[in-house]
Amino acid sequence: MVPPDLRYTKDHEWVRLAGDEAIVGITAFAAGQLGDIVFVELPDAGRVLEQFATFGVVESVKAVSDLFAPIGGEVLETNGALAARPELVNEEPYGGGWMLRVRVADRRQFDELLEPAAYDALVAG
Amino acid sequence: MTDAAESSPRPTPLADRHAALGAKLIEFSGWLMPVQYRGIIEEHRAVRERAGVFDLSHMGELFIEGPEAGAGLAAALVSDPPSLAEGRAHYSMICAEDGGILDDLIVYRLADERFLVVANAGNAQLVSDALAERLEGFRAVLDDRSLATALCAIQGPLAAAILQPLTDVDVAALRYYAIAEGAVAGIPSLVARTGYTGEDGFEVFVDAARGGELWDALLSAGEPRGAMPVGLGARDTLRLEAGMPLYGNDLDRSTNPYEANLGRVVRLGKPADFVGRAALERVAGEGPGRLLVGLVVRGRGIARHGYPVVAGDRPSGVVTSGTQSPTLGLPIAMAYVAPGDARPGTMLGVEIRERAVEAEVVPLPFYRRAR
Repeated sequence: MVPPDLRYTKDHEWVRLAGDEAIVGITAFAAGQLGDIVFVELPDAGRVLEQFATFGVVESVKAVSDLFAPIGGEVLETNGALAARPELVNEEPYGGGWMLRVRVADRRQFDELLEPAAYDALVAG
Repeated sequence: MTDAAESSPRPTPLADRHAALGAKLIEFSGWLMPVQYRGIIEEHRAVRERAGVFDLSHMGELFIEGPEAGAGLAAALVSDPPSLAEGRAHYSMICAEDGGILDDLIVYRLADERFLVVANAGNAQLVSDALAERLEGFRAVLDDRSLATALCAIQGPLAAAILQPLTDVDVAALRYYAIAEGAVAGIPSLVARTGYTGEDGFEVFVDAARGGELWDALLSAGEPRGAMPVGLGARDTLRLEAGMPLYGNDLDRSTNPYEANLGRVVRLGKPADFVGRAALERVAGEGPGRLLVGLVVRGRGIARHGYPVVAGDRPSGVVTSGTQSPTLGLPIAMAYVAPGDARPGTMLGVEIRERAVEAEVVPLPFYRRAR
């Protein structure tokens, strides 16, 4: 089961909402599918993301995958720890492996994302 | 459109073992192969530090026998198999008339008149057909036993210690690039001290029906010493660190051995005429038009197959293999570049997502085991 307090995209990103800020990462399922993650490329703070637009790249030993913004808004901070320890995405996908802190432009975008049960059903599917 | 039933990948004789181990499977060269069991980096480190066991049953095994087996192979390949002592092996290639590489191979001399050629899975049929054609007129018979053979490798610093109690072959006496007949876990085997990881290790050929037994025996003997099953993912990172080219990435039909820095494999001085000789003599005389080099990415990013390489604003070449090196902790790559850009220390750029990231030409291999 995925954490119950988050929302998800069909592209396997998650969002945690607190006030008008959101934390963004990728799911344990995505990290597992990618395998050992060795490089994460994230946007500079200040960049404004459109919902579902590409915001970065995650590279595992074997593959390169685009990251899609699950929610629109301004990037306030990226997880600097991932530069030295990209494996945090595998080890703690919902914790230390977070990727972005975003000032949310429109909270309704959060409500439109997949609820935990729907995401579980998607990856079980 | 391809017919799904026709194109479904072939399972190896060890498919049930891979399923039981929960391997992640992919299609590779027409075979359903384990890409990883527990994780590429963990498996990679096991091979560098202890040992790993690989299913290589997808490789092609071609036996050539007869009074002119050696002469036929000398005419078919760029190397000189008759110069091999019995029980020894060498790295070779089969080229087209224009010098392009059809496959890279290991040739073993099993007996005076009996050779084993091991081909890459994706080229096994092509090599089998080409050898059959090129051996015409020679008193030699080709026996393609690719589907009847299971091949397991055990690679790593503990490989010899793990294998010895299982076999009557004197492992310590078996030299690098040598092969011996014997039994492993009671199974009639060919045991070769060869591999594709940069470590000491062995490749064991058995009848396909007994592949599962061999696999179980190697793992049971190895696991108490920290050995683990290793998939194609770590096989690729291991071979890249060891500077070994992969057919389809670093070598292909449009590449000649000199470009790949493998000119030493071509024996222009051998007595036999061979397919590709005239073209390869020309390349040897004129020098190759591009060279395969090692790159270490000094900026941020990973260079991958197909990424352009630049020297300043000028195009230089293309990356053929690249990954994050688990042993070195750096992004490493192999690339074809202009000969003038091939000297170690040269700073080039790799275009990673439309940005030129600094990369330094370094000598190959990236990793060499302590002996």
